[in-house]
Amino acid sequence: MLYALCFLLFMIGLYCAITKKNMVKIVIGIVVMEYAVNLFLIMLGYRTNGIAPIIGKGDLNPETGQVLSSFINGSVDPLPQALVLTSIVISLGSLALMISLCIRIYGKYKTFDITKIRRLRG
Amino acid sequence: MSIPLPVFVAVPLVTAFLLPIFGKRGKRIATLLANLATASLLGLAIAVIGKSGVYDIGNWSIPLGINLVLDGLSSLMLVVISTVGTAAMLFSARYMEQYTAKAKYLSLFLLMITGMNGVVLSGDIFNLFVFLEIASIASYALVGFGCGAEELEASFKYMVLGSIASIFILFAVGLVYGNTGSLNMAYISKAIQASGLNLGLTFALSFFIGGFSLKAALVPFHAWLPDAHPSAPAPISAMLSGILIETLGIYALARILFNVFGISLHTGWILVILGLASMVAGAFLAIGQWDFKRLLAYSSISQVGYVVLGIGLGGLILAKGGNPTWASLALLGGLFHLANHSISKSLLFLTSGSVEMSTGTRDMKKMGGLAAKLPFTRATCTVASASVAGVPPFSGFWSKLILVIAAVQAHFIWVAVVIVFVSLCTLIMYLKVQRHVFLGELPDPLRQIREHRGAMVVAMVSLACLCILMCLLVIIPSLRSSILDPAVKALVDGLEYSTKVIGTQ
Repeated sequence: MLYALCFLLFMIGLYCAITKKNMVKIVIGIVVMEYAVNLFLIMLGYRTNGIAPIIGKGDLNPETGQVLSSFINGSVDPLPQALVLTSIVISLGSLALMISLCIRIYGKYKTFDITKIRRLRG
Repeated sequence: MSIPLPVFVAVPLVTAFLLPIFGKRGKRIATLLANLATASLLGLAIAVIGKSGVYDIGNWSIPLGINLVLDGLSSLMLVVISTVGTAAMLFSARYMEQYTAKAKYLSLFLLMITGMNGVVLSGDIFNLFVFLEIASIASYALVGFGCGAEELEASFKYMVLGSIASIFILFAVGLVYGNTGSLNMAYISKAIQASGLNLGLTFALSFFIGGFSLKAALVPFHAWLPDAHPSAPAPISAMLSGILIETLGIYALARILFNVFGISLHTGWILVILGLASMVAGAFLAIGQWDFKRLLAYSSISQVGYVVLGIGLGGLILAKGGNPTWASLALLGGLFHLANHSISKSLLFLTSGSVEMSTGTRDMKKMGGLAAKLPFTRATCTVASASVAGVPPFSGFWSKLILVIAAVQAHFIWVAVVIVFVSLCTLIMYLKVQRHVFLGELPDPLRQIREHRGAMVVAMVSLACLCILMCLLVIIPSLRSSILDPAVKALVDGLEYSTKVIGTQ
């Protein structure tokens, strides 16, 4: 159910990026898609009532030194969080570039409407 | 652990961040350093030919850490990337004097090479995504580097479609992680072999195909390429058309389809159809163009179609259980055409840059009779055109011949017919270039122009020599068995990739 909602958010972003005529709205659509994917990644690692994946002294088996299976089964998966962190940084970079392109295009054409920005054809 | 693979990523990355320090004053030093970086990468890439190895970053063994994998296919791509990169960088040394902020340009250029080398070497699917984004974002910025109205427009269009493709790929990476519990390609491949494709993985596969086809500008997804590639400065067009779409699109697609998911009948057919559609549509659209660089950009779509067709045909024969000899022949044709196309198309874009720099226009209707004025440009352009069109002594002929033989032997006669037909269309469009740019009457406004010599000519002539000599790669058996055969074998072996990577630690 949650995954379906997340996918719906993704599709809303895609719809917005494809159909909107305003450049800034296209950028917003792309950002919504990125957030949907980030949300999806976070949900992959989510566990109801999960604990933070930080190993304390109590989580180790006192005899063997191995991590207890109750910790492994109870903790949230930390890998997707690392992925999301990386992907947020990447999307920040591309967002900054996209917005600055929008500003420069506005300076040249005096409009945000992509139907009017059509010097390239063919 | 014998080969220090991170060097391929570290050298351009470190140089890229060093260059902006020099700023305006030290433009010469910056240019020299950037050229040294690309040339040393070329040397390194040639040094690792024929070797293979796995490198665990930070000594964390997989699946815990990230690994870099060098096999035949990666090493072929490394050589091609650094060859084109070196030539384009040499060409930029003179060409980019027209623009301001040369140091920034050079560092973006090197970042693009960093990203491509990373994509080629990465053995981790998320790491591949990160490097892909490094290369893509650098290329978005480089397309709009001129900051003219048209360049910005093309850059925005490219960026929107490129970002959507990247998000598709990230989504697919998430789906794969959710379904297999690993991000390492070898472990994913193992998990898929154990459990088979479920719904989520099939979904991920379709997102991968969509995303990478957008990056490779295969025909239903090609809308951004004819705008983006002509708008960039000429050496960047050469990099984008020559190698970026092939690394980010085709290499990644082939790696995921053959080595991670395993090629099946469906994916083989999808590749063949995408390839054929790109070949035919690209060639038809190119013939009608009057903008020199836009014609070349459409022709890139068409030539990339050949590569995808070769790879798809090989996969299809493998999936059908047909004769592996013909499958590897088709793959050989595809990969050899990839190398040929990189060299000859980047050369064509460099010559277009030389023409544009001398005449100040890209409109072929305003040109003519430049053969006497630009002798080197003319000669190299003719060589490259002949190579792309597949005229016999040049290297492009051999790759197309191999593709035709493979298609006929595998009983895809109609595919062979299409290959020959598209070659004919390609010949027509390059005859048009020759006719309108270099032959005919010299228009009055162009009487005073002269050719820019120096580094630009060196870059063009060395690529032209490669266009002629590349055929030795398939004709001489020892060269073939050291460069192309391992690349083909990496794809033919398919899912054995995982045992190779996990086993060689």
